[in-house]
Amino acid sequence: MTRPADVINSISRIDYTRNVPFGARGFFTGMLAIFVVVVIGHSGGHAFAQTTLNGLTSGAYFALGAVGLTFVYGSLRLINFAHGDFLTFGAYMAFVANVTFHLPLAIAAAFAMAATSVLGVATERIMWRPMRARGAGTFQLILMAVGLAYVIRYGIQFFAGPQYRSLNIDVTSSIKLPWDLTFGRTALFVSATSYVVLVAIGAMLRYSGLGKQMRALSDDLTLAETTGIDTHRIILVIWIFAGGLAGLAGVLYACAVGSFNPNFGFVIILTLFASVVLGGIGSPYGALAGGVILGLVQEWSTLVVGPQWKIVVGFSVLLLVLLVRPEGVLARAGST
Amino acid sequence: MITLAISFGTFAHLDFWIRVGVLAGIYGIFSTGLQVNLGYTGIYNFGQVGFMAIGAYGMATLVVKEHLSFWLALPLASAMAIGLGLALGLLGLRLRSHYFAIATISFAEITRYVIQDIGITGGTVGLLGFQGSWARISTWISDQLNLGTAYYSLPLLIVTWLIFLVVVVSVRALIRTPWGRVLRGIREDEDAVRALGKNTFRFKVQSLSLAAFLGSISGFLLALYLNYLSPDAFTSDTTFIAYAMLVVAGLGSFYGIIFGSIAIEALLEGTRFINLPIADQKVAALRFVIVGLILILGMAFRPQGLLGNREEMVLGD
Repeated sequence: MTRPADVINSISRIDYTRNVPFGARGFFTGMLAIFVVVVIGHSGGHAFAQTTLNGLTSGAYFALGAVGLTFVYGSLRLINFAHGDFLTFGAYMAFVANVTFHLPLAIAAAFAMAATSVLGVATERIMWRPMRARGAGTFQLILMAVGLAYVIRYGIQFFAGPQYRSLNIDVTSSIKLPWDLTFGRTALFVSATSYVVLVAIGAMLRYSGLGKQMRALSDDLTLAETTGIDTHRIILVIWIFAGGLAGLAGVLYACAVGSFNPNFGFVIILTLFASVVLGGIGSPYGALAGGVILGLVQEWSTLVVGPQWKIVVGFSVLLLVLLVRPEGVLARAGST
Repeated sequence: MITLAISFGTFAHLDFWIRVGVLAGIYGIFSTGLQVNLGYTGIYNFGQVGFMAIGAYGMATLVVKEHLSFWLALPLASAMAIGLGLALGLLGLRLRSHYFAIATISFAEITRYVIQDIGITGGTVGLLGFQGSWARISTWISDQLNLGTAYYSLPLLIVTWLIFLVVVVSVRALIRTPWGRVLRGIREDEDAVRALGKNTFRFKVQSLSLAAFLGSISGFLLALYLNYLSPDAFTSDTTFIAYAMLVVAGLGSFYGIIFGSIAIEALLEGTRFINLPIADQKVAALRFVIVGLILILGMAFRPQGLLGNREEMVLGD
């Protein structure tokens, strides 16, 4: 929704990128290239290839988590601080199906996706739609999302306790690849699933009518409405989509890291924001690419500065992009 | 039938309640900074705990590792927090409000991880032995009151609440100056204030720096309260709990913060004495569910806050 104040803001905002050499995209690509050269020079090609594999895995579930977050922001102008806890919710739903009821992981993942979609739709119906109808301000929505995050996180803790849990998966065995590279069986499962889903999402958004309508909403809700799109229906679809993917991302994240507790969504939410902002907030393709790039950068950085700085690197990318080019690096200018 | 029995000795645990009171005062000072940002300037500062961490760790590191005097470490640590507030403001405040919220929370989390991962702060092991001068003051106050060794935390309670009251009264006075009126103008309509020729950006940076200063003071007191610093004491939960206090207090109300901080601390700490027929662990989770519900319901139905004044705080932009 473009209001006059927004227009004035966007005009009066200083364009930092004017001072960045080679334009923002070129600047960030160049920085990434320099970083890659430094990493290879510092640690050699083998370590680089191994961390690339790891980064592609973590980047996959970042991308899945980020795409829902960006859609919700793009269409509803809602920074959903509870999105990380949607991932936690998905992981715990899979835990119930997989460990408590001994169902296979695939069915557990499907159950988690369905349950998290229902959660997303429920929050839309109970909280966000009524608040939009009242014309709630930005701040009300952000704080309500924070409150929702607490209710979900500690609601889970109320029922499941604060201890670490794991899904019933094989986390130790791994596959030997040429050049002495290893890839965990779980990591392979996580990446294969994610990239199949990522490509499917990309194709769906690009070619199907539903995907086009969703992108139109994410671009400009009011404009989409005037062109005759049933925005109420598409908003529900966006919540189903965001919730389902968050649920899946939660399950895959839980598989990849091995164990989880109720706090695990908060640990990842800023990384998801970083993916979203990197890709241009509101841009679904940007979020997909942003997630993968962020996963790679985080893993590569472990070779240079040590693994304990991984999270700081992710957050620093977020701050850097926000400060240099808040409209995102990957999206075309003006597409938010 | 659920029985709600308050156990014997609830009020005999005076030491415990004194410590709850200290925490309420610390959170009160912390929230006053947020009130200036959110309630008066309309800035979404989600990184207040970062300034608190800089204050606490800045002071403790200078005393323990650099062997500076406690009295010199305090202003230096505040200066660090204000400096970071300035930097964050200068770089970030041109962002749109949503983005600024994300930028500030990532600043706070980066601060916490850096404290955890660098050596000079003690890392995950923590930091001890920074309150030499405070121990003397504390003993002196105890002696004046003839307490002996009883009520160990009472001197800290007195000092915290004195500082809190001074902060509330002086910030409230500051908000009534022409400077404060510009802040309120920015909250209501930044473009209008800009049209009057005010450099609104500068006022916003100043507002954030004031919050950073108050955050550092709350950090000093938290360090003295804990006796021991570890990065876990500075998670973003602190910022969000403080927002729940603001919701109870009312946006724009400074005296409300006194009530809000006591009410939320009583909820978080005081409820340990109510015997519920469920496990302690579940009660702990339930407290934070209630914090979440306060945020949701407060923002949905009374965005001006429980005690706030609708005319002062008409949200919605």
